[in-house]
Amino acid sequence: MIYLQLFYEFFKTGLFAVGGGLATLPFLRDIAAKHPDWFTESMLADMIAVSESTPGPIGVNMATYAGFTTNGMLGSLVATIGLITPSVIVMLIVAQLLKSFRDNHYVNAAFYGLRPAVAGLIGAAGFSVAQTTLVHLPYAGSLWAMLDIPSISIFLVVFILMRIKKIKLHPIAYLAASAIVGIILGFFK
Amino acid sequence: MKLLWELFIAFARIGAFTFGGGYAMLPMFQKELVEKKKWETEEALMDYYAIAQCTPGVIAVNTATLVGYKQKGTIGGIVATLGVVFPSFVIITIIAAILTNFADLPVVQNAFIGIRACVCALILDAVIKLGKKAIRDIPTVMIAVVVFVITCFFNISPIILVLIAALAGLLLQGRKFSK
Repeated sequence: MIYLQLFYEFFKTGLFAVGGGLATLPFLRDIAAKHPDWFTESMLADMIAVSESTPGPIGVNMATYAGFTTNGMLGSLVATIGLITPSVIVMLIVAQLLKSFRDNHYVNAAFYGLRPAVAGLIGAAGFSVAQTTLVHLPYAGSLWAMLDIPSISIFLVVFILMRIKKIKLHPIAYLAASAIVGIILGFFK
Repeated sequence: MKLLWELFIAFARIGAFTFGGGYAMLPMFQKELVEKKKWETEEALMDYYAIAQCTPGVIAVNTATLVGYKQKGTIGGIVATLGVVFPSFVIITIIAAILTNFADLPVVQNAFIGIRACVCALILDAVIKLGKKAIRDIPTVMIAVVVFVITCFFNISPIILVLIAALAGLLLQGRKFSK
């Protein structure tokens, strides 16, 4: 029964996540809220880290990982198949129309509204990941005590480096460096 | 049968040797499909990639289905798709299994404290890049902000927001473009 549910949830993700990359993130967050026994929102950051630093499309990696935490290897198989099924169905239909689809005015108009919405959705998902990693909730006496200074420092340094156009490092490099900094900081705790 | 096997292997190679998804995968698609196999021309591949971006689902998966379909019909589309996800499936399953077993080690936990902070920066960077392409005028700013605020403070399924945003796009731009 859980496999049917798992398939259904990831089928929906595959059907509505548009734009690639982290587009599946808001949907995984939604699943975590609905099925906290499958995986929790706090595990999403780890899933992103692993998905970005292993080969393969990020969306597929995230689904496989989420499926595995839900129900082992069979879970990851069902989640992956669920995610790609709508793609296959939609693309087989689109393959018949091809060019006319891409130049269709209504498709372009829909995307005029869709793209900023996807940016907003991923932004909100990022905001919630930041809430669980960069600050200590709930409020504990003072504002300073809420801030996780080491994590915020890593966040700021990585973000500034990523925004400098001349430095073009792969995300894996930042993830590996951050992991090492995390381990080193662990010794001083 | 031989072509199906070739499709599977070619796409499994793409899945196994690209990191990062999205645009990062395009060079590998070019190398395997245009240069090595000569299944597609450069232009056709770019078209497929553009279509794959404005259809639901993972871009690499959508491209695989399209190319596979052109080579060997529906079964070709399915085989190519399975090929591109196969390496992910194997690698992620192994890593997830290992991580679950070592998650309690202090070293692993400390490493993930650093990694999680880094992930926040990766997401913010992705949002900025997306926003630059998507936000062009006042209505698009509004859509992005409204979706962000609603998602942060209310428990609404992203599916509903995606559908409303597409509808808003149609209402705002649909008539302007037609004719």
